[in-house]
Amino acid sequence: MPRPIYMDHHATTPVLPEVRDAMLPFFTEQFGNASSVTHVYGKEAADAIEEARRSIADLIGAAPAEIVFTSGATESDNLAIRGGAHAGRGKGNHIITCAIEHEAVLETCRALEAEGFAVTCLPVDSRGMVDPGDVLRAIHPGTILVTIHAANNEIGALEPIADIGRITREKGILFHTDAAQAAGRVPVAVNGMNVDLLSLSAHKMYGPKGIGALYVRRKVALEPQITGGGQERKRRSGTLNVPAIAGFGKAAEIAKRDLPAEAPRLEALRDRLWSRISERIDGVVLNGPAENRLPGNLNVTFSHVEGEALLMALRETAALSTGSACASGTVRGSYVLRALGVPEEEAHSSLRFGLGRSNTEDHVDRVADHLARAVSRLRTISPFYQEARPS
Amino acid sequence: MSWNIVDYGEIVLDHYENPRNVGEIDGADGVATVGNPACGDLMKLSLRIRGGVVAEARFKTFGCGAAIAASSMTTVLIQGMKLEDLDRITNRSVADALGGLPPSKLHCSVLAEDAIREALADYRRRAAPGEPVEPSGARAAMGTRETAETGV
Repeated sequence: MPRPIYMDHHATTPVLPEVRDAMLPFFTEQFGNASSVTHVYGKEAADAIEEARRSIADLIGAAPAEIVFTSGATESDNLAIRGGAHAGRGKGNHIITCAIEHEAVLETCRALEAEGFAVTCLPVDSRGMVDPGDVLRAIHPGTILVTIHAANNEIGALEPIADIGRITREKGILFHTDAAQAAGRVPVAVNGMNVDLLSLSAHKMYGPKGIGALYVRRKVALEPQITGGGQERKRRSGTLNVPAIAGFGKAAEIAKRDLPAEAPRLEALRDRLWSRISERIDGVVLNGPAENRLPGNLNVTFSHVEGEALLMALRETAALSTGSACASGTVRGSYVLRALGVPEEEAHSSLRFGLGRSNTEDHVDRVADHLARAVSRLRTISPFYQEARPS
Repeated sequence: MSWNIVDYGEIVLDHYENPRNVGEIDGADGVATVGNPACGDLMKLSLRIRGGVVAEARFKTFGCGAAIAASSMTTVLIQGMKLEDLDRITNRSVADALGGLPPSKLHCSVLAEDAIREALADYRRRAAPGEPVEPSGARAAMGTRETAETGV
């Protein structure tokens, strides 16, 4: 039995063969510790790290010295928000974020609230967009940090980061963005966007899991969250994961190289998927923005049908998720969809499609075809569909 | 331990893919609607009772694969059963008949038990109007919620 078509690229992406090949030498042969300055083993590792640092900096228009390696975007978010808040404590205690951030941001903000920081959680509109005017209005003299993600992992909304960055720059407030979903998929430029801190993840861009980075603008004060040997300019201690970093660097290099062709290709595929779905199935609603959206992202409500039941029907055809991968298996509908004003029962009837490099037109057509049949079958079982039909 | 959608057993898959007794009975003798779509599942059960026996049971369910399978299995279990024996059907017997359900999906079988209790109470209300009937549906519905929250 062939494996189902993978359409969950917001959850993770496969490691590209070129990326794997870039990692392999650093497991068994060039296994040195990048901090070892007394022999060639250390030198090889340190060189690989610096090469990767350049590639990653290049992807987001940063300087290599501004890249701090972490274990992933969750740690990057923690370091940026907790580290930024703690370093700015003398200036104030107010943080601004928004309702549809990843849990890595929201939970960190909640933890800071418990420490005595004040957090303003901005609403989003029905498309999932933050209003930069809301950011401006929420800023007061005690505001020390604004954290708004670049792209949402469920509905693909691309937030107006450059507009928010102009405001925070003018006000002299630290600005962090979680770009785990955006980097490598849409152009990201730290200077054009005026961000001070930016979280990255390798496994969302065809690199390995367990490695990420935080861009830290030069001269930005950050309290380290992991202390020890003082690696990464004392911002993040711990022996560097050389193979993972080498893979991350290769993934960033490929992402930058391929983005101009891959982004429009995915956008066309995504639009084709939505056309096929909306032409063949009634009672479907597109969640999230029609424009300013991640190229491979689609989020759809199939009314009167529960999302997980639908995924079960598709389990041999396609690998998808309901809401965010983390919310699957919990009873409440996605908090992201609820923040957009999607009614709870419709949130339970929604699927997220995440298209990526491996997907083709044939995949899209097959999945849409199978969806149409599954929705139609499940609606014959649904108590709501009958009621919705004219008698 | 985490559970995955691909872990369902054969019986659950069979009842999900080929659900038995889907529909609503016109002029049913006892009906129940339990669950809440805002919590992700809702089950409608309707019964035809003849001579103190469940002559026919039909369901419609909005819910995950386990909820659909539990609904279907419930109708199979109770069809042909004497009313006094219905008490023997619990969420556990529905789950067992399905070959087991993962902990996070046990609330689906609780939903099925709630539906049986509620439909039976509805039948008794109709059969003996004016007599107070224990509101088992309300109690059971609360149980559903508790299970749902602790089950994940």
